[in-house]
Amino acid sequence: MNINSSKSSNEVKLSELKEGQTGRIVRVGGQGVLRRRLLEMGLIKGTQVYVEKYAPLKDPIELIVKGYHVSLRVEEAAKVILEKIRQELTDGSEAN
Amino acid sequence: MGPKQIRIALSGNPNSGKTTIFNSITGTRQKVGNWPGVTVEKKEGSIQKFGYHLKIIDLPGTYSLTPFSIEEIVARNFVLEEHPDVVIVIIDASNLERSLYLATQIRELDCKVIFALNMQDVARSRGIKIDADKLSQLLDVPVVFTIGNKNEGVDILLKKAIELAESDIELPRTRRVKYSKDIEKCIGNFKTYIENTIGDNLSYNPRWIAIKLLEDDKILKDRVIEKTGANGPGILEQAAIHRSHITNIFDEEPEIIFTDERYGFIAGIVKEVMTTSTKQRIDISRNIDLVLTNRFLGFPIFIFFIWAMFQLTFTLGAYPMEWIETGISMLSGFMGARLPDTMLKDLLVDGIIAGVGSVIVFLPNILILFFCIALFEDTGYMSRAAFLMDKIMHLIGLHGNSFIPMLMGFGCNVPAIMASRTLESEKDRILTILITPFMSCSARLPIYIVLAGTFFPKSAGTVIFSLYLAGIVLSIITGRLFRSTLLRGMDAPFVMELPPYRIPMLKSLMIHMWDRSKMFLKKMGGIIFIGSIIIWTLSSFPKNIEYSTDYTIKMKTAKQSLEEQTPLVREDELRKLTQEYEKETKDLKRKMRTETAEKSYIGHIGKFMAPFFAPIGIDWRGSVALLTGFVAKEIVVSTMGVLYAVEDDESDALKHALRESGMTPLSALGMMFFVLLYVPCLATIATIRKETRSWKWALFSVAYSTLLAWGVAFAIYQGGMLLGFGLA
Repeated sequence: MNINSSKSSNEVKLSELKEGQTGRIVRVGGQGVLRRRLLEMGLIKGTQVYVEKYAPLKDPIELIVKGYHVSLRVEEAAKVILEKIRQELTDGSEAN
Repeated sequence: MGPKQIRIALSGNPNSGKTTIFNSITGTRQKVGNWPGVTVEKKEGSIQKFGYHLKIIDLPGTYSLTPFSIEEIVARNFVLEEHPDVVIVIIDASNLERSLYLATQIRELDCKVIFALNMQDVARSRGIKIDADKLSQLLDVPVVFTIGNKNEGVDILLKKAIELAESDIELPRTRRVKYSKDIEKCIGNFKTYIENTIGDNLSYNPRWIAIKLLEDDKILKDRVIEKTGANGPGILEQAAIHRSHITNIFDEEPEIIFTDERYGFIAGIVKEVMTTSTKQRIDISRNIDLVLTNRFLGFPIFIFFIWAMFQLTFTLGAYPMEWIETGISMLSGFMGARLPDTMLKDLLVDGIIAGVGSVIVFLPNILILFFCIALFEDTGYMSRAAFLMDKIMHLIGLHGNSFIPMLMGFGCNVPAIMASRTLESEKDRILTILITPFMSCSARLPIYIVLAGTFFPKSAGTVIFSLYLAGIVLSIITGRLFRSTLLRGMDAPFVMELPPYRIPMLKSLMIHMWDRSKMFLKKMGGIIFIGSIIIWTLSSFPKNIEYSTDYTIKMKTAKQSLEEQTPLVREDELRKLTQEYEKETKDLKRKMRTETAEKSYIGHIGKFMAPFFAPIGIDWRGSVALLTGFVAKEIVVSTMGVLYAVEDDESDALKHALRESGMTPLSALGMMFFVLLYVPCLATIATIRKETRSWKWALFSVAYSTLLAWGVAFAIYQGGMLLGFGLA
């Protein structure tokens, strides 16, 4: 259960990831029901999260976690802190 | 004595195929109701199999047993308090890790458990292989492979369940979910403390009590206080000490640590039992979503689906609707001709058949609408719709899922309000139910058509469109208002699974559709039946009205004079006379009807209410029409027909009569807005009462909508008068 966030500069909010990017969860913030719900759905420390897409209105976000698809609102995703995993994008079509 | 009864509870994640397995076990022999005290659907089914009487209970689909949502509380309480003989946990084999989270929680309760590894075929197609024996051994549970939609493995599952129910294994068994050393030590100490202080006072497993109290489980805490008397506070104090101990070690809330550790434990199991081939296959579901939730195509396709749903509902539904209408008019014609002229006949034909008939005709629409909804749900598109719409719905403080019920409101408020039961949070559900009636349902359209067509012949379309728009705007305002006052609180977190698309099974679609329609028929049948009798009574009594002139005599005289003249005149003159006679009797009958309506109880009520309606420019006749619209809004038009003295066979007559009645475009506009907003019809109120389980909300909805309607109509009418639009 010890994942050292070696480079804190590498930490980003889940809501800051772009489509097609992957990160590993460092911690889940927020509180109460939301935090518990996120954890129960498997968004726990050390889990890989892939940003599948943003909804047409830019909110919510669709993620792939533990092999299934889940969606979060952007404000909720902002509570999840990740370390970015530099990963070669398969289709190379990163936005911007 | 009959065969032995075994009660089997089905538990599992949403989208785990639980419902499919339930359907394939019980078929159509299922009973749908509510769990006591809450609006969570409860499904039960009974079958005879292998010499046993099996009672299957479908627990609500949940991801966890932490008692946050009603569903979770219901599911957990059932296992804890009702002690089913066996609990089958449906595990989505293609989603093993997350499914096991719920499964391990159930494993920690004192009950006999079987795992059904469902959708093994999907898992295999994704290159996932699961070692069932190993899983069975690690968690000490029987594991059966099933493919629910092909009915594979279901019999074996039931056999194993019976076997397990009949076996006499000691219930508190050893091998359970294991936590890390520090946590286990804490649990152990606390468990011993609990055993020493309360013994068997609480019939739950002491280890489980310890774990849950360490997780600060609110419901269990209340239960401990309630059941253990003087020892209660001591136990909770101990729990607090252990909790702060855990917090000190891990620098994190204990409940978070427990969740973490459970997933850690699960990760260990998954590593041992699951192998994934690295070969990446094409993920069809993901490809479908490339289109259906596409940045540019997502909304147009969504709008198309919704449009198609409405088209299907209202154009396809129009045919059977016509048949039912014909059937009803044949029935009432038949009854009218055969029965002797008594009051009972009037009640039967004009009251009950007409009233109930006016609602029954919606059955085809409702069947089709619910079929479409079931299709959206079973394919997995419903959660995509919520995904697309959430941003917009969030503005009103609602969840994306609320969109569908609101949208259905344009068709008919009754199924729309019933559809809101798919919403997870109670507050969301009530809010959705309260604002849905502002979606202008199809029953209001005929009224708009008449009024707008009469007073705004050139811009009727625009007027009607703006009514619909006003309904939407007011629902948004209302939503925001209630969210910040009556139903304050965070809206539910939008952590929603987007399950893979599935090909729906016809059987399950039909069951889905029929269950809901049946509910419509049953509940509405009752309330509409009673409502029709009341309205009929009010409009046909008192019987001995003193008419201003004696119509019967007048009609008789007319007839006599015609008969007297018949032998005296030539044929063409006779034809003319007959025509005149017919016109006269028609006229007399019409006047009599009007007067009857005016002097009936409902007429009195209308006149009594007239001062209330006067400020918004509606006369007593309009008031009566609006009152009768309480039963079903489409009745407003026919009541107006009666009151404004119109012949049935003159299509434009009502328009003429309305124009001559002193109604102006301005008051017509006020009336249309009133119709848009005022009390939802009787059936809707009954549904609100049923879905919110409280008369309070139903009456609140009536009061709020009527006040709002009056206010808006007042603003339009008086404002318009001030601005000088009062004259036509």
